[in-house]
Amino acid sequence: MTTIKVSTTINGDPVDYLCEPQETLLDALRDRLGLTGAKEGCGTGDCGACSVILDGRLVCACLVMGAEAEGRAVETIEGLADGEELHPLQQKFIDHAALQCGVCTPGFLVAAKSLLDRNPDPTETEVRYWLAGNLCRCTGYDKIVRAVMDTAADMREAR
Amino acid sequence: MRYEAPDTTEAAVQLLAAETGLARVLAGGTDLLVQLRSGMVDPDLVVDIKRIEVMRQISEEDGGFRIGAAVSSAELGEHAALSAAWPGVVEAAELIGSTQIQGRCTMVGNLCNASPAADSVPAMVAAAAMVTLVGPDGRRELPAEAVAEAPGKTSLQKGELVESVFLPKRPPRSGDAYLRFIPRTEMDIAVVGAGVSLTLDEQGTCQTARVSLGAVAPRVLLVEDSANCLIGTKVGAAALEALAAAASAACSPIDDKRGTVEFRIKVAGVLARRAAEKALERAKGTA
Repeated sequence: MTTIKVSTTINGDPVDYLCEPQETLLDALRDRLGLTGAKEGCGTGDCGACSVILDGRLVCACLVMGAEAEGRAVETIEGLADGEELHPLQQKFIDHAALQCGVCTPGFLVAAKSLLDRNPDPTETEVRYWLAGNLCRCTGYDKIVRAVMDTAADMREAR
Repeated sequence: MRYEAPDTTEAAVQLLAAETGLARVLAGGTDLLVQLRSGMVDPDLVVDIKRIEVMRQISEEDGGFRIGAAVSSAELGEHAALSAAWPGVVEAAELIGSTQIQGRCTMVGNLCNASPAADSVPAMVAAAAMVTLVGPDGRRELPAEAVAEAPGKTSLQKGELVESVFLPKRPPRSGDAYLRFIPRTEMDIAVVGAGVSLTLDEQGTCQTARVSLGAVAPRVLLVEDSANCLIGTKVGAAALEALAAAASAACSPIDDKRGTVEFRIKVAGVLARRAAEKALERAKGTA
């Protein structure tokens, strides 16, 4: 088995890692780089707990090969906060109690960020469809959707 | 397993042709990675086609659109001219999976995965889409409906891969649509899918039509009997009822947890009729 050397950018920083050909980006992030925010829920692209942004697109890291990240830009949950300063989405998730066990939360935050980057004024329907690929078994979704809508409203006012 | 990411189609063909073991093409990976990880396939070689420039592009050609094999559904939906010309094809591609899946999955991958329930395939078949294959013996063209032979099995030869899919120029007064039935509102596999594309003359008489069904047979069906019910008519109630009956008659579905044989046969007719009505509205410019 040949190990592959990958040079990529993660949360704005140049990063090199070695991975096996069949290894997923999720495993490379978690096991080689210690970026354990992205979670493996289903491992089949259904639950969204491993959501990351790859070259500006929201993807499931479990369905991306580690080798594919060569020369690309990856954004993970670890890049969301600015040091100790939480991203507005993170603060709103706390304010609205939009998480319970927290396993799905990194995926929801990354997915919601990618929505607000594209559409600062989404309708509730747009939020619900955009986040349909993120499963939460605790909250019933309502608090998550309200947190995202509230964040969007605040961020629009701040502009 | 080896992973290769060539930057030309020719290099990809060489890699695939030279591999003595099992080779798989990686486009969006939304089927392949699931199969790899579940142990359904254990390839010796994976060829990632996303570094091949021509496979990443949507280009206008002879009034139609050539879509590279690695173009994601999200990119299709963001292409205004394509979405205006072929709304049925684009809406079918945009029904596949979640936002995360949309960012990766491709129509050509959907085609080559050869699932009878693939959402974008009935829409491509109705659109008379042609695929360009490249292999060790050169290039050839195939109608979209000739790619899948059976569930999970394609007509591609050793060393061959699909480079692009071509949607032809739309004549005036044309419309297409794709509808599917699923038990929930999002993120599910079609129990039945129906695609219709039609063109009217200046008097509103249907000149050409293509009707396609998914998930009701081992492969996606082109139902000429349904299309013939529309051609030469004003696409009124009687023609639509005949189309629905012909669509139901064409089905040879399976029973599974998503739907029974009886249900699929019934719904195929209903969806084919509704898709024809939507395509008709689009052809008349009212939708």
